[in-house]
Amino acid sequence: MPTIVVEVMPTAELLDPAGKAVAGALARLGHTTFTNVRIGKRFELTVDGPVTEATLADARKIAEDMLSNQVIEDVIGVYEAPASGDSA
Amino acid sequence: MRIGVITFPGSLDDRDAQRAIRLAGAEPVALWHGEHDLKKVDAIVLPGGFSYGDYLRCGAIASHSPIMAEVIDAANKGMPVLGICNGFQMLVEAHLLPGGLIRNDHGRFVRRDQMIRVENNRTDWTNKFDESEEIVIPLKNGEGGYIADADTLERLEGEGLVTFRYVGVNPNGSLNDIAGISNDRGNVVGLMPHPEHAVERGFGPNTTEAMRCGMDGLRFFTSVIAKVLA
Repeated sequence: MPTIVVEVMPTAELLDPAGKAVAGALARLGHTTFTNVRIGKRFELTVDGPVTEATLADARKIAEDMLSNQVIEDVIGVYEAPASGDSA
Repeated sequence: MRIGVITFPGSLDDRDAQRAIRLAGAEPVALWHGEHDLKKVDAIVLPGGFSYGDYLRCGAIASHSPIMAEVIDAANKGMPVLGICNGFQMLVEAHLLPGGLIRNDHGRFVRRDQMIRVENNRTDWTNKFDESEEIVIPLKNGEGGYIADADTLERLEGEGLVTFRYVGVNPNGSLNDIAGISNDRGNVVGLMPHPEHAVERGFGPNTTEAMRCGMDGLRFFTSVIAKVLA
Protein backbone atom coordinates (compact mmCIF):
# COMPACT_ATOMS: atom_id res chain seq x y z
CA MET A 1 0.00 0.00 0.00
CA PRO A 2 1.25 3.54 -0.71
CA THR A 3 2.50 5.34 2.37
CA ILE A 4 2.83 9.00 3.25
CA VAL A 5 5.52 9.89 5.76
CA VAL A 6 5.07 12.81 8.15
CA GLU A 7 8.11 13.98 10.13
CA VAL A 8 7.74 16.16 13.21
CA MET A 9 10.51 17.70 15.33
CA PRO A 10 10.48 19.75 18.52
CA THR A 11 10.94 23.42 17.59
CA ALA A 12 14.59 24.42 17.33
CA GLU A 13 14.51 26.82 20.27
CA LEU A 14 12.84 24.27 22.54
CA LEU A 15 14.75 22.25 25.09
CA ASP A 16 14.49 18.58 24.14
CA PRO A 17 15.09 16.75 27.45
CA ALA A 18 14.78 13.30 25.83
CA GLY A 19 17.39 14.14 23.20
CA LYS A 20 19.61 15.65 25.87
CA ALA A 21 19.43 12.42 27.92
CA VAL A 22 20.49 10.36 24.87
CA ALA A 23 23.30 12.80 24.07
CA GLY A 24 24.53 12.44 27.66
CA ALA A 25 24.49 8.64 27.40
CA LEU A 26 26.44 8.74 24.10
CA ALA A 27 29.05 10.99 25.69
CA ARG A 28 29.40 8.62 28.65
CA LEU A 29 29.92 5.73 26.22
CA GLY A 30 32.73 7.62 24.55
CA HIS A 31 30.97 8.55 21.31
CA THR A 32 32.40 12.03 21.29
CA THR A 33 31.87 12.57 17.55
CA PHE A 34 28.17 13.18 18.18
CA THR A 35 27.73 16.37 20.12
CA ASN A 36 23.95 16.70 20.15
CA VAL A 37 20.83 14.58 19.73
CA ARG A 38 17.31 15.75 19.02
CA ILE A 39 14.40 13.32 19.00
CA GLY A 40 11.43 13.76 16.72
CA LYS A 41 8.61 11.63 15.38
CA ARG A 42 7.96 9.85 12.11
CA PHE A 43 4.38 8.94 11.18
CA GLU A 44 3.64 6.49 8.37
CA LEU A 45 0.15 6.97 6.96
CA THR A 46 -1.04 4.07 4.86
CA VAL A 47 -3.18 5.30 1.98
CA ASP A 48 -6.14 3.48 0.50
CA GLY A 49 -5.49 4.07 -3.21
CA PRO A 50 -2.92 6.13 -5.05
CA VAL A 51 -1.24 9.15 -3.46
CA THR A 52 -2.51 12.24 -5.24
CA GLU A 53 -1.88 15.92 -4.65
CA ALA A 54 -5.19 15.97 -2.74
CA THR A 55 -4.06 13.12 -0.49
CA LEU A 56 -0.83 14.95 0.24
CA ALA A 57 -2.78 18.12 1.00
CA ASP A 58 -4.94 16.14 3.45
CA ALA A 59 -1.81 14.70 5.05
CA ARG A 60 -0.28 18.17 5.40
CA LYS A 61 -3.48 19.39 7.06
CA ILE A 62 -3.62 16.61 9.66
CA ALA A 63 0.14 16.99 10.18
CA GLU A 64 -0.45 20.61 11.20
CA ASP A 65 -3.75 20.11 13.06
CA MET A 66 -3.35 16.79 14.84
CA LEU A 67 0.02 15.07 14.39
CA SER A 68 1.95 18.11 15.60
CA ASN A 69 1.34 20.90 18.07
CA GLN A 70 2.52 24.07 16.40
CA VAL A 71 3.34 25.63 19.77
CA ILE A 72 6.07 23.11 20.49
CA GLU A 73 6.74 21.26 17.23
CA ASP A 74 7.45 21.83 13.55
CA VAL A 75 6.37 19.63 10.66
CA ILE A 76 9.64 18.92 8.88
CA GLY A 77 8.40 16.82 6.00
CA VAL A 78 5.29 15.36 4.38
CA TYR A 79 6.07 13.10 1.44
CA GLU A 80 5.21 9.82 -0.22
CA ALA A 81 7.52 7.02 0.86
CA PRO A 82 9.54 5.62 -2.04
CA ALA A 83 8.06 2.31 -3.18
CA SER A 84 10.17 -0.65 -2.18
CA GLY A 85 9.67 -4.20 -3.35
CA ASP A 86 9.79 -5.91 0.03
CA SER A 87 8.00 -3.36 2.19
CA ALA A 88 4.97 -4.48 4.15
CA MET B 1 -25.17 23.02 41.63
CA ARG B 2 -23.83 20.27 39.39
CA ILE B 3 -20.16 19.97 38.41
CA GLY B 4 -19.25 17.48 35.70
CA VAL B 5 -16.05 15.46 35.72
CA ILE B 6 -15.15 13.92 32.37
CA THR B 7 -13.64 10.45 32.34
CA PHE B 8 -11.34 9.68 29.41
CA PRO B 9 -9.59 6.37 28.71
CA GLY B 10 -6.62 6.64 31.07
CA SER B 11 -8.05 9.23 33.46
CA LEU B 12 -6.82 8.54 37.01
CA ASP B 13 -8.08 11.35 39.21
CA ASP B 14 -11.68 11.57 38.02
CA ARG B 15 -13.08 10.02 41.18
CA ASP B 16 -10.81 12.18 43.34
CA ALA B 17 -12.21 15.24 41.59
CA GLN B 18 -15.77 13.98 42.16
CA ARG B 19 -14.97 13.52 45.86
CA ALA B 20 -13.53 17.05 46.08
CA ILE B 21 -16.67 18.47 44.49
CA ARG B 22 -18.85 16.58 46.98
CA LEU B 23 -16.77 17.79 49.93
CA ALA B 24 -17.04 21.35 48.64
CA GLY B 25 -20.83 21.06 48.68
CA ALA B 26 -21.81 20.47 45.06
CA GLU B 27 -23.11 17.45 43.21
CA PRO B 28 -20.47 15.68 41.08
CA VAL B 29 -21.73 14.40 37.73
CA ALA B 30 -19.77 11.74 35.85
CA LEU B 31 -19.39 12.60 32.16
CA TRP B 32 -18.04 10.28 29.47
CA HIS B 33 -15.55 11.26 26.76
CA GLY B 34 -17.38 9.38 24.02
CA GLU B 35 -20.70 11.18 24.44
CA HIS B 36 -21.91 14.64 23.48
CA ASP B 37 -24.03 15.08 26.63
CA LEU B 38 -22.93 17.56 29.31
CA LYS B 39 -25.96 16.52 31.42
CA LYS B 40 -26.89 20.12 32.27
CA VAL B 41 -23.87 20.69 34.51
CA ASP B 42 -22.92 24.19 35.70
CA ALA B 43 -19.15 23.67 35.52
CA ILE B 44 -16.68 21.08 34.23
CA VAL B 45 -13.47 19.52 35.53
CA LEU B 46 -11.02 17.82 33.17
CA PRO B 47 -9.17 15.49 35.55
CA GLY B 48 -5.59 14.31 35.74
CA GLY B 49 -4.23 11.03 34.48
CA PHE B 50 -2.69 9.70 31.29
CA SER B 51 -5.48 9.86 28.73
CA TYR B 52 -4.74 7.58 25.77
CA GLY B 53 -1.46 6.65 27.45
CA ASP B 54 -0.10 10.13 26.64
CA TYR B 55 0.32 8.82 23.07
CA LEU B 56 0.97 11.41 20.35
CA ARG B 57 1.27 14.23 22.93
CA CYS B 58 -0.16 14.53 26.45
CA GLY B 59 -3.85 15.39 26.18
CA ALA B 60 -3.77 15.57 22.39
CA ILE B 61 -6.04 12.67 21.49
CA ALA B 62 -8.43 13.44 24.37
CA SER B 63 -8.72 17.04 23.13
CA HIS B 64 -10.36 15.62 20.00
CA SER B 65 -12.88 13.47 21.95
CA PRO B 66 -16.58 13.81 21.06
CA ILE B 67 -17.44 15.53 24.36
CA MET B 68 -14.66 18.11 23.88
CA ALA B 69 -16.68 19.75 21.10
CA GLU B 70 -19.34 20.49 23.75
CA VAL B 71 -16.73 21.53 26.32
CA ILE B 72 -15.14 24.01 23.89
CA ASP B 73 -18.55 25.41 22.99
CA ALA B 74 -19.61 25.74 26.66
CA ALA B 75 -16.26 27.27 27.65
CA ASN B 76 -16.56 29.87 24.90
CA LYS B 77 -20.02 30.74 26.25
CA GLY B 78 -18.58 31.27 29.75
CA MET B 79 -19.05 27.97 31.56
CA PRO B 80 -16.34 27.46 34.21
CA VAL B 81 -13.85 24.78 33.13
CA LEU B 82 -10.91 23.60 35.24
CA GLY B 83 -8.15 21.45 33.74
CA ILE B 84 -5.92 19.69 36.24
CA CYS B 85 -2.58 18.26 35.06
CA ASN B 86 -3.58 16.07 32.08
CA GLY B 87 -6.72 18.23 31.93
CA PHE B 88 -4.51 21.34 31.60
CA GLN B 89 -2.66 19.58 28.77
CA MET B 90 -6.03 18.94 27.08
CA LEU B 91 -6.98 22.62 27.40
CA VAL B 92 -3.83 23.79 25.62
CA GLU B 93 -4.22 21.10 22.96
CA ALA B 94 -7.83 22.24 22.46
CA HIS B 95 -6.56 25.87 22.16
CA LEU B 96 -8.78 26.99 25.05
CA LEU B 97 -5.57 28.15 26.73
CA PRO B 98 -2.36 29.32 25.02
CA GLY B 99 1.08 27.71 25.15
CA GLY B 100 2.09 24.11 25.63
CA LEU B 101 3.41 21.61 28.16
CA ILE B 102 6.58 19.66 27.55
CA ARG B 103 8.68 17.05 29.31
CA ASN B 104 10.16 18.25 32.62
CA ASP B 105 13.55 19.86 31.99
CA HIS B 106 15.29 17.38 34.32
CA GLY B 107 13.73 14.46 32.43
CA ARG B 108 12.23 12.78 35.49
CA PHE B 109 8.74 12.33 36.86
CA VAL B 110 8.27 14.50 39.94
CA ARG B 111 5.88 14.10 42.86
CA ARG B 112 5.98 16.62 45.71
CA ASP B 113 3.83 18.80 47.91
CA GLN B 114 4.22 22.03 45.95
CA MET B 115 3.88 25.60 47.12
CA ILE B 116 2.26 27.88 44.58
CA ARG B 117 1.19 31.51 44.74
CA VAL B 118 -2.29 32.56 43.65
CA GLU B 119 -1.41 35.40 41.27
CA ASN B 120 -4.96 36.02 40.12
CA ASN B 121 -7.85 35.57 42.55
CA ARG B 122 -10.42 36.95 40.14
CA THR B 123 -11.01 33.76 38.12
CA ASP B 124 -14.05 31.52 38.52
CA TRP B 125 -11.86 28.93 40.26
CA THR B 126 -9.79 31.19 42.57
CA ASN B 127 -12.17 33.79 44.01
CA LYS B 128 -11.98 32.25 47.51
CA PHE B 129 -8.23 32.88 47.74
CA ASP B 130 -6.49 36.06 48.81
CA GLU B 131 -4.38 37.79 46.20
CA SER B 132 -0.78 36.50 46.37
CA GLU B 133 -1.84 33.82 48.86
CA GLU B 134 0.64 30.96 49.02
CA ILE B 135 -0.89 27.50 49.13
CA VAL B 136 0.41 23.92 49.10
CA ILE B 137 -1.14 21.19 46.96
CA PRO B 138 0.34 17.99 45.53
CA LEU B 139 2.12 18.00 42.17
CA LYS B 140 2.85 14.85 40.14
CA ASN B 141 3.84 14.92 36.50
CA GLY B 142 6.44 14.00 33.93
CA GLU B 143 5.50 16.60 31.34
CA GLY B 144 4.61 19.76 33.20
CA GLY B 145 7.03 22.27 31.74
CA TYR B 146 4.94 25.24 30.63
CA ILE B 147 6.20 26.98 27.51
CA ALA B 148 4.93 29.67 25.18
CA ASP B 149 6.51 32.03 22.69
CA ALA B 150 7.79 35.40 23.91
CA ASP B 151 4.73 37.34 22.69
CA THR B 152 2.31 34.96 24.42
CA LEU B 153 4.29 35.07 27.66
CA GLU B 154 4.33 38.85 27.57
CA ARG B 155 0.57 38.93 27.02
CA LEU B 156 -0.09 36.42 29.84
CA GLU B 157 2.04 38.45 32.24
CA GLY B 158 0.77 41.81 31.07
CA GLU B 159 -2.89 40.89 31.30
CA GLY B 160 -2.65 39.06 34.61
CA LEU B 161 -3.50 35.69 33.09
CA VAL B 162 -0.81 33.84 35.03
CA THR B 163 -3.06 32.38 37.70
CA PHE B 164 -0.53 30.35 39.70
CA ARG B 165 3.24 30.51 40.02
CA TYR B 166 5.59 27.99 41.63
CA VAL B 167 7.19 29.25 44.84
CA GLY B 168 10.55 28.03 46.18
CA VAL B 169 11.07 25.21 43.70
CA ASN B 170 10.30 25.26 39.99
CA PRO B 171 9.64 21.52 39.65
CA ASN B 172 9.67 21.16 35.87
CA GLY B 173 11.40 24.07 34.17
CA SER B 174 8.21 26.02 33.44
CA LEU B 175 8.92 29.44 31.95
CA ASN B 176 8.41 32.30 34.42
CA ASP B 177 7.66 29.63 37.09
CA ILE B 178 4.15 29.33 35.62
CA ALA B 179 2.06 26.64 37.34
CA GLY B 180 -1.31 27.61 35.87
CA ILE B 181 -3.04 30.13 33.63
CA SER B 182 -6.52 31.32 32.71
CA ASN B 183 -8.25 32.67 29.64
CA ASP B 184 -9.21 36.36 29.36
CA ARG B 185 -12.65 35.78 30.82
CA GLY B 186 -11.33 33.81 33.82
CA ASN B 187 -13.76 30.94 33.35
CA VAL B 188 -11.18 28.53 31.90
CA VAL B 189 -8.28 27.72 34.24
CA GLY B 190 -5.58 25.09 33.85
CA LEU B 191 -2.80 24.09 36.24
CA MET B 192 -0.37 21.22 36.70
CA PRO B 193 -0.67 20.71 40.52
CA HIS B 194 -3.66 18.83 41.92
CA PRO B 195 -6.15 20.72 44.13
CA GLU B 196 -8.44 17.68 44.32
CA HIS B 197 -5.84 15.87 46.44
CA ALA B 198 -5.89 18.53 49.18
CA VAL B 199 -9.52 18.70 50.26
CA GLU B 200 -9.85 16.64 53.43
CA ARG B 201 -7.92 16.39 56.69
CA GLY B 202 -5.92 13.19 56.85
CA PHE B 203 -5.62 12.85 53.07
CA GLY B 204 -3.78 15.98 51.94
CA PRO B 205 -0.23 17.31 51.92
CA ASN B 206 1.67 17.81 55.18
CA THR B 207 1.33 21.16 56.90
CA THR B 208 3.30 22.78 59.68
CA GLU B 209 0.35 21.93 61.91
CA ALA B 210 0.13 18.21 61.25
CA MET B 211 0.70 15.44 58.74
CA ARG B 212 -1.54 15.25 55.63
CA CYS B 213 -3.82 18.01 56.80
CA GLY B 214 -3.47 20.45 53.91
CA MET B 215 -6.86 21.45 52.51
CA ASP B 216 -5.87 24.34 50.24
CA GLY B 217 -7.37 22.60 47.22
CA LEU B 218 -10.92 22.76 48.54
CA ARG B 219 -11.29 26.47 47.74
CA PHE B 220 -10.91 25.84 43.99
CA PHE B 221 -14.25 24.10 44.20
CA THR B 222 -15.93 26.42 46.69
CA SER B 223 -14.80 29.28 44.42
CA VAL B 224 -16.66 27.90 41.42
CA ILE B 225 -19.72 27.15 43.54
CA ALA B 226 -19.72 30.77 44.74
CA LYS B 227 -19.32 31.97 41.15
CA VAL B 228 -22.19 29.89 39.77
CA LEU B 229 -24.54 30.65 42.66
CA ALA B 230 -23.72 34.37 42.60
